[in-house]
Amino acid sequence: MTYSAVVGTRRYNFADLKAVLAKASPARSGDSLAGIAADTAVERMAARLVLADLPLRRFLDEALIPYETDEVTRLIVDQHDAAAFAPLAAQTVGEFREWLLAESTGEAQLAVIAPGITPEMVAAVSKLMRNQDLISVARKCRVVTAFRNTIGLSGRLAVRLQPNHPTDDARGIAASLLDGLMYGVGDAVIGINPASDSMAALTTLWRMLDDLIGRFAIPTQSCVLTHVSNQIRAIEMGVPVDLVFQSVAGTEAANGGFGINLAMLLEAREAALSLKRGTVGDHVMYFETGQGSALSADAHHGVDQQTCEARAYAVARHFRPLLVNTVVGFIGPEYLYDGKQIIRAGLEDHFCGKLLGLPMGCDICYTNHAEADQDDMDNLLVLLGTAGVNFIMGVPGADDIMLNYQSTSFHDQLFVRQALGLKRAPEFEVWLQTMGVTDDAGRLLPAHPDHRLLRDLSRGLA
Amino acid sequence: MKSAIRPDPWRPLGAWTAARIALGRAGSALPTRSVLDFDIAHALARDAVQQPLDAGGLMAACREQLARDVVVVHSRAGDRSTYLQRPDLGRRLDAAGVAALGERPGSCDLAIVIADGLSATAVQAHVLPLLEALLPLLDGLQVAPLVIAEQGRVALGDEIGALMGASLVLALLGERPGLSSPDSLGAYLTFAPQLGRLDAERNCVSNIRDGGLPPEIAARKLAWLVRAALACRLTGVGLKDDSEAPPVAAVVG
Repeated sequence: MTYSAVVGTRRYNFADLKAVLAKASPARSGDSLAGIAADTAVERMAARLVLADLPLRRFLDEALIPYETDEVTRLIVDQHDAAAFAPLAAQTVGEFREWLLAESTGEAQLAVIAPGITPEMVAAVSKLMRNQDLISVARKCRVVTAFRNTIGLSGRLAVRLQPNHPTDDARGIAASLLDGLMYGVGDAVIGINPASDSMAALTTLWRMLDDLIGRFAIPTQSCVLTHVSNQIRAIEMGVPVDLVFQSVAGTEAANGGFGINLAMLLEAREAALSLKRGTVGDHVMYFETGQGSALSADAHHGVDQQTCEARAYAVARHFRPLLVNTVVGFIGPEYLYDGKQIIRAGLEDHFCGKLLGLPMGCDICYTNHAEADQDDMDNLLVLLGTAGVNFIMGVPGADDIMLNYQSTSFHDQLFVRQALGLKRAPEFEVWLQTMGVTDDAGRLLPAHPDHRLLRDLSRGLA
Repeated sequence: MKSAIRPDPWRPLGAWTAARIALGRAGSALPTRSVLDFDIAHALARDAVQQPLDAGGLMAACREQLARDVVVVHSRAGDRSTYLQRPDLGRRLDAAGVAALGERPGSCDLAIVIADGLSATAVQAHVLPLLEALLPLLDGLQVAPLVIAEQGRVALGDEIGALMGASLVLALLGERPGLSSPDSLGAYLTFAPQLGRLDAERNCVSNIRDGGLPPEIAARKLAWLVRAALACRLTGVGLKDDSEAPPVAAVVG
């Protein structure tokens, strides 16, 4: 089937549905690199006209990546809930946008339709939405998950404590960890990106975090962000693993590039569930994604990077995660060139994930070869805070000395809490008050050199 | 007037990590000096990415200090903005470069390509000291004239090495700058260079800089890898870096 639209005096034709989606996308370097972006601004608008009039049903009839060759497509098709889709079945993509924005569409309706919409529908509608639309609709979605605390409640923002160190040095990690806890950070997860791949080194990190969380009865969860196969092995070896992490992408081939498939994720989830380490919930998975991952693995099948990203959320959704983190600016300027593209992608990812029913967080970040700086990150932080993002990262001074990129800092989370009145996860909030880190209103108390956390951790470091 | 900064009393823990901890705060924000320190680091990294390589100066220095013949070529990425958005173009020589290298028939053991990569700062700072230490260690090998490549990525070395009939190509280029390392040089060694080589077919020595891997030590590692690669006729995951071990232990894993 071909698609076409007229703008002015010219007719624009599009070979197939994935061409319509790619050419309707807001401009970004990754789609240009893939050779699938609109050639002109007007061609982009012609593709959006096609998209606006396209029935949502069309996405159920025309697979972007063949069912036979891609297990992510099979997951999307096989798991589709026709009853949940029924209220939307007569809508076009343009009408779907208006329905999402309508005052009469609220949290309850959005939760009902979530299993009935596909990633491709969500990606399509996002391409007709301005940044304010992406924020308005995402704000109405509520996705609450739990393990040792409750994340995603209205008016709350959680933060991952990310105390990375280039050589996994236990004292270096502990120093950053303490810095974060004293700034009231760590309710989403205490998650370390290890430099090492050795089981011995990884086990040391798992035990260190388990000991810390146990010793202070911190209502949070730990994660060591290594390959899922290492985590399955660790669980078999009796290592205390809270959350299982994995990077996921939106095509089978791209997941193959990560060395994973759906069966491995299922095995990992069952292994983590078997430990029964959650106290208030059993969401045991932590996924990371990011636009451009399929293209960088040469596994995008001509599908634009934002649609591939939304398909990664279908993978994540299947495993009932505690946290899904779009690491938006990490991949580099060949995929998202500048602050404008990173900000747009962050809002799209958050919107798409939330609409599909995922507990979306965002690593608001950039690398030094992207045309971006701290001001761009401040902008995206406020926008995502307004959109109701479930969690962000907390990195000392915004400078990750292991991964060599800039994310949000312990100070940044204080700022956005104050500016937008966002509280921490309730269990963690109470713990911080009990420990004398914050007052009853969640404000940081002046830190005393004799504080229990300081004394205890400093002794461990000496 | 009293300072508005609330200091963090765990400043001594900073001895255990280079991370920016215990910065204190002014309200929710960073103290002024910490903001400026961060922005200085970012400025150094940005300049490292954006500033052009002084190819002419580097060519003259290579000729004078290393007494080597030098060819300057350019990738198909015409400018920095294109280079950053089109990695595919940075991996291929432009027509003039193909012509220039094609005029030099013959074969050699090793071709050395110096490219700006993502940090011209790193190249300007560390290539000469590295080569001054490395070239004497390659005694007895046929080394082609040095090639300086502008707007080049690692894989550009494959095309250059193939055109020069080299058994092995060594690509030296600036790594993606971090806030604490704007001047880190990377060295990539590829046996039987040709278009389409995969990253898994290379050996890498990275983080060559002051405060990282000093050029003299990097040169010893690279010299060991060069001889091991020529002896074993491969690079990549099959060639383990045993340069710390006795020189006879060129192990193929």
